[in-house]
Amino acid sequence: MILPAIFFYLFAGTCVAAAFMVIASRNPVHSVLFLILAFVNAAGLFVLLGAEFLAMILIIVYVGAVLVLFLFVVMMLDVDFSQLRQGFLQYMPVGAFIGIVLLVELLLVVFTWTIAPDVQQAIATPIPPLAKTPNTEALGHVLYTRYVYFFQAAGIVLLVAMIGAIVLTLHHKPGVRRQSIAGQIARSKQTAIEIVKVRPGQGL
Amino acid sequence: MSIGLGHYLTLAAILFTIGIFGIFLNRKNVIIILMSIELILLAVNINLVAFSSFLGDLVGQVYALLVLTVAAAEAAIGLSILVAYYRNRGSIAVEDVNLMKG
Repeated sequence: MILPAIFFYLFAGTCVAAAFMVIASRNPVHSVLFLILAFVNAAGLFVLLGAEFLAMILIIVYVGAVLVLFLFVVMMLDVDFSQLRQGFLQYMPVGAFIGIVLLVELLLVVFTWTIAPDVQQAIATPIPPLAKTPNTEALGHVLYTRYVYFFQAAGIVLLVAMIGAIVLTLHHKPGVRRQSIAGQIARSKQTAIEIVKVRPGQGL
Repeated sequence: MSIGLGHYLTLAAILFTIGIFGIFLNRKNVIIILMSIELILLAVNINLVAFSSFLGDLVGQVYALLVLTVAAAEAAIGLSILVAYYRNRGSIAVEDVNLMKG
């Protein structure tokens, strides 16, 4: 039983250290890379908890798409970040105080509440034992049947986000020439060819 | 020693606090604020998946999947707004964002 504990502390410790370096780092590219490290360690924790589909989705979608998008934007915006760190030391005491108060409150909740004994009957979707159904298949059984409304709503959220991102950032540069397919297909004989009568020996 | 639910919830609480601390400290830097929001959402996801695992209920993982979806959409839109703002102003000092205020 010692090995899961070692891995838990390894993943959890690296996750917390990386998260702290995200906010304390001077260079925003370093911050994004530390955030990627935090997410990969969280995916390791998810595997320890038995949610391996979610762990892989975290790495493939969240790290591989969203955080790489962050990296692109950070590298694209040519900003002087030293000016933006001005208020750092000024806000640190108040921020640390509020952070500690919040953390103490959350830990009080965690360690003084207990789970009610009859919660076992109220479980909405029991996890089938791992020998019978792997985690991905179990999620599939439940996501497309019982929670199909939420699945479709998530799809619509992604569609709206995609449309919003395109509307906000699509920027046609003025001098770039483009094909107009409709214009090309709508070419007719009248506009495309011109018949010229050429006298023999005269040329055009 | 056996890792119980309390360990995972403590870890999620610490990550949540670090995320909030990050928003406090980096008031002017919008990209770090967006990254702190991602940390907060990660803490919530760890919470959901830990409860799902220890109670034996698959709803937690479904919920975490939907939170992941919304977080990705929100990060994309936030970054698009930032890029549009940068194109129009040349900097990302968002203290000028209130210029349209009446």
